[in-house]
Amino acid sequence: MFGKLTWEAVPLDQPIPLIAAALIGVVIVGVLAWVTFKGWLPYLWREWITSVDHKRIGIMYTLLAMVMLLRGFADAIMMRSQQALAFQSGGYLPPEHYDQIFSAHGTLMIFFVAMPFVIGLMNFVMPLQLGIRDVAFPTLNSVSLWLTATGALLVNISLVVGEFARTGWLPYPPLSEMTYSPGVGVDYYLWSIQISGVGTLLTGVNFVTTVLKMHAPGMTYMRMPMFCWTTLATSLLIVAAFPILTATLAMLQLDRYLGFHFFSNEAGGNMMMFMNLIWAWGHPEVYILILPAFGIFSEVISTFSGKPLFGYRSMVMATMAICLLSFTVWLHHFFTMGAGADVNAIFGIASMIIAVPTGVKIFNWLFTMYGGRVVYSTPMLWSLGFMVTFAIGGMTGVLLAAPPVDFVLHNSLFLVAHFHNVIIGGLLFGAFAGYSYWFPKAFGFRLHEGLGKAAFWCWIVGFYVAFMPLYVLGLMGMTRRMQHYDIAAWRPWLLIAAAGAAIIAAGIILQIAQLAVSIRRREALRDETGDPWDGRSLEWATSSPPPAFNFAVPPRVEGEDAYWTMKQRARRQAKVSEEPSYTDIEIPKNSPTGFICAFFATFMGFALIWHIWWLVLLAALGAYATFVVFAWRDHGEYTIAAEEVARIDRANRSARGKALVQMQAAQ
Amino acid sequence: MSAFDATAVYDPDRRGRDRRYMPEHAADELLSKRIIVGYGFWIFLLSDIIMFSAFFATYAVLVGATAGGPSGRELFNLPNVAVETACLLLSSFTCGLASIGARMRRGSWFYGAMMATGLLGAAFLGIEVHEFQGMVAQGAGPTRSAFLSAFFTLVGCHGLHVTAGLLWLLTMVAQVFAKGYRADILRRILCFSLFWHTLDIIWVALFTVVYLMGAAR
Repeated sequence: MFGKLTWEAVPLDQPIPLIAAALIGVVIVGVLAWVTFKGWLPYLWREWITSVDHKRIGIMYTLLAMVMLLRGFADAIMMRSQQALAFQSGGYLPPEHYDQIFSAHGTLMIFFVAMPFVIGLMNFVMPLQLGIRDVAFPTLNSVSLWLTATGALLVNISLVVGEFARTGWLPYPPLSEMTYSPGVGVDYYLWSIQISGVGTLLTGVNFVTTVLKMHAPGMTYMRMPMFCWTTLATSLLIVAAFPILTATLAMLQLDRYLGFHFFSNEAGGNMMMFMNLIWAWGHPEVYILILPAFGIFSEVISTFSGKPLFGYRSMVMATMAICLLSFTVWLHHFFTMGAGADVNAIFGIASMIIAVPTGVKIFNWLFTMYGGRVVYSTPMLWSLGFMVTFAIGGMTGVLLAAPPVDFVLHNSLFLVAHFHNVIIGGLLFGAFAGYSYWFPKAFGFRLHEGLGKAAFWCWIVGFYVAFMPLYVLGLMGMTRRMQHYDIAAWRPWLLIAAAGAAIIAAGIILQIAQLAVSIRRREALRDETGDPWDGRSLEWATSSPPPAFNFAVPPRVEGEDAYWTMKQRARRQAKVSEEPSYTDIEIPKNSPTGFICAFFATFMGFALIWHIWWLVLLAALGAYATFVVFAWRDHGEYTIAAEEVARIDRANRSARGKALVQMQAAQ
Repeated sequence: MSAFDATAVYDPDRRGRDRRYMPEHAADELLSKRIIVGYGFWIFLLSDIIMFSAFFATYAVLVGATAGGPSGRELFNLPNVAVETACLLLSSFTCGLASIGARMRRGSWFYGAMMATGLLGAAFLGIEVHEFQGMVAQGAGPTRSAFLSAFFTLVGCHGLHVTAGLLWLLTMVAQVFAKGYRADILRRILCFSLFWHTLDIIWVALFTVVYLMGAAR
């Protein structure tokens, strides 16, 4: 009846996961009770859960990423403290638990923090920057969100029901085969990634179509803001790379569930094929993550330097070059496989070539700042911190791209330091820059600057204290993923690294405080005009938060920095433009399709993990029925009357008019 | 929409480069939405083709890994596969007829051609399942060797796509029956036919790489 699932699956003998799960449970139940008590459930259902509005979906993606960041960071703290303690002793985490923690940490941080964070920001910003009302397929967008949430939920269920994978964030066979990993851990990993992977793929399809086919009048490709270009590049990479991940994990699943021999050690299986396939996805994935961050930095640096982005065309070229080159370097993840000197040399050189377009970008940002009036706001601090940190991470990457060096440093903490250097210093700093930059657009008030800056300094100092020692440890020969060790010389460095993690924790606490304080003081931090930073692209041309329809009438674009051009004209003429003629606007209707579909996907994933075959069938039927019901509906859109559009737009116009008068008076 | 903007004059010289508007601004909204949906679905199909390419690459790597078991040359029955191929290619033709029937809103054409497509697809599947059963019966199932794992996965993945296509086909027929030739339903029929033709393209590659090259080895 319940397949492999018995009461023994609940780890009653292990206090740490139980306490952690109880804590999460209390928080979830508490939030639910609070929401129900306040009577917000219908509002949440109507306005958020069933929303197909790209802005709301973007916000929910970002929220998911932030919650999962806390969970992933808790894993990080446990690893750092374990390694700080486990000198000539077992520490406090038994090996089988420690292995689950580093696997869950990597899986969560890449798939459920980094991915939803950048997808959330792209979702929120890209349609606004293009001057359009929504993405190409709004309901599909909601399906993507909820499938991603399903994946995250399954990973967290593994905390209390069964176990998580002990195979690292990429389940290398033959360790991940049934023979060596007979538990459900690897299956939790596989199904949560497969389900959320479908969501990510659909997002990629959605965004490629949106960026290539939907523009405001006059918004040609070469006038798109840089962030839209990086969104396009990232989405193209998703479309081209994620199917490989799906296929690869499907093969591993067939090995595990039906006894196939793709990666097994007998009957002709070839485990090195798994490395090739997984990194054919995995390396582009690195750029899927970093490219949107590059886009964010481009927007932030240009805005806070008060100048157009330097070398816009070269930036576009560099982005697309990275997009292509990212598919030509996957083998550098396993130089030690023994492909031979020639193959290794080719991939080593290809890897180093990627540093060229990236270098172009760094210089473009520097030249954008050169001669500008740089405002050192929180988003700008993240961007500057990024440039310094990422340059270091990039250089250690070029070091690792040299095969002889890689043979020495392969699988060492040097590697761990390198990829944290580029992922934290690149992607996460970018995500935080975007978060503080676009927060006023999303919610209508700014984040507290002082706490934001304090959080930044904790993060950047904490980062260097936590990860620079790992470079040293890597050079001293310490391999990654060690549960305990006996070498005294390593210990001081691991203690320093643990202290760094504590400083980062202070940064996270400050970020939470920043959010709380900003919400309390939202009236003082209010963004009246919708243009708090003197922005340059179209998202600043509408109110904060933007109305459901984004733009009352589609903006007409006359050049790069579309909104800047409009604003300059208004300032020259010392008045806002003539009122446009408003018309009725059709907006896609909300739909619970995404949520219900994910509901069934959760049961299906869980049933597949535990071999509960009748439930698999039932859930699959449910998902199919959901789509049929959606396909059967008669009205996909509702109308917002012209008078309502006029009312909303006039309020924003008058706020902007007032701001303009004040500005003229100040001059 | 910015309050600062109204004097903006659209520059006709740039019109050639500025054709990509929002759907509601194109002269023919319906056509425009059709293009966006069709385009998006093509992007999805490309991703599907990439997934198949991963299975093709795996097959190419493992084709010699028979682990002492039978190879393709001993297993494949080319006349059988020829009939299978004929069924699928013909079904693509009838699927095209169904698209024309839907566009002309001619029930007899649409339903007839969709039925023919469905039957040919089912025949294709039947032959495939029969082939698989025969192989398993002679001890050449997917667990026998890495080569057979790759074979069953590649061909079976295509078969699963055809199965999903049949389910979609029936749903579309039911939808036209219940709702008529509505614009959104016509767009779905467009996507369905793109899907079905893509399965043909993949089958041509599969027929060549797996069966023809396999029998020649």
